[in-house]
Amino acid sequence: MVTSNFEYFAPTSVDEATSLLSKYRGEAKVLAGGHSLIPMMKLRLAEPGILVDIGQIEGLSYVRKEEDGVAIGSMTTYREMATSSVIQSNYPLLADASARVADLQVRNRGTIGGSLAHSDPAGDIPAVVLAIGGSVVARTRRSKREINIDRFQVDLLTTALRDNEIITEIKLPGLASGTGTAYSKFHQPASHYAITGVAAVITISGETCTDARIAVTGAGDKATRARRTERILKGKELTPPVIRRAASRAAAEIGDALNEDIHASAEYREHLTRIHAGYAIDQAVAAAG
Amino acid sequence: MRAYVETSGKGPTMSTEITVTVNGTAHTEAVEPRLLLAHFLRDVLDLTGTHVGCDTSQCGACTVHLNGEAVKSCTVFAVQANGAEVTTIEGLADGDTYSNVQQGFWDEHGLQCGFCTPGMIMTSEALLKQNPNPSEEEIRAGIAGNYCRCTGYQNIVNAIGAAAKAGK
Repeated sequence: MVTSNFEYFAPTSVDEATSLLSKYRGEAKVLAGGHSLIPMMKLRLAEPGILVDIGQIEGLSYVRKEEDGVAIGSMTTYREMATSSVIQSNYPLLADASARVADLQVRNRGTIGGSLAHSDPAGDIPAVVLAIGGSVVARTRRSKREINIDRFQVDLLTTALRDNEIITEIKLPGLASGTGTAYSKFHQPASHYAITGVAAVITISGETCTDARIAVTGAGDKATRARRTERILKGKELTPPVIRRAASRAAAEIGDALNEDIHASAEYREHLTRIHAGYAIDQAVAAAG
Repeated sequence: MRAYVETSGKGPTMSTEITVTVNGTAHTEAVEPRLLLAHFLRDVLDLTGTHVGCDTSQCGACTVHLNGEAVKSCTVFAVQANGAEVTTIEGLADGDTYSNVQQGFWDEHGLQCGFCTPGMIMTSEALLKQNPNPSEEEIRAGIAGNYCRCTGYQNIVNAIGAAAKAGK
């Protein structure tokens, strides 16, 4: 399959890249690892006239421990995240989810920034980052802003990112002691995309759940917080009946927007959301203890 | 760097000059930005050992190494490989001596029709570089991005296991 024609630029600095995006605003797309964009271009679902390849820019691939959390460069690949000791120890669910994206070859190319910017409804990373919390650092030629991850995913394949902005970094907050994390997914066996996946980050103090962030992917148009589930968990001792009741509400926010396609019906996805919410919460609670 | 080389129905087509080192030899060519690395290798450089199976980044037949890492060359534009080192199946053997993985596939008969074999071998090479001593489960997970429609995978898994042993 052949993509449409495009003009190609390979800037070597973020300034150069953002200048190109400003100059060709609306026409240009950013090419990161290419493992979401190139397949879409082959299907002619995307036909950008100009591609700005940020793969030649040095210094966008890193995992850095900071005072109040961890900063991840936007071009950090799934493989780099899966094997990073900083991510393994601080956000085990992110290392685990990264190790389970697609396959070895795709994990060598696909990036955290690309995954977030593309916002595939069945992507793993958007839900995992949403459950951890934090922000996306976006730069234009003249400005830099941090977008709270809770406001980043807007709709199907749509984010708060403007078309003259490039994601340069993802900032993740430090997790409180007593926090356990887990990501549980039911994947499509060929692509390994999440038919439904649930990420859970749960903090327990004594016997009580003091904080919970649960995010669902694959079930709806975009990664979504399961806030009703979180509310049921918070302030309680997480006994099996409480976890069951919380998990049963995990698809509530998605409501009528449940996906229905050749892989699974809406009804099945709702079922999977409840089941995997239960698994993810169970595993996060076990990890917290 | 950019020049108009032809005019298609949709307007001018740009061409970009790239230099890619393939199996140790530097090649400088003017290519359309939309040319995929798989087609650059096969159609421009005539290295037809790299196969294109599904063309949708699932089957792994097109796997090559880009700067030492296994990638699906149907999902990389050739221009993205500008300045990079690429290794294809043609670059693995040292003269008449097969690599351990190639020898493993030969000894264990890790193929039937052979279509998936170049990609399967390139992924296996990368897998053993990351994990020189994989368990059977790790081998099977490692080749999850490579499809074989003939063998049922058993001899392929044996071949990679044999290569790992030979590498010790």
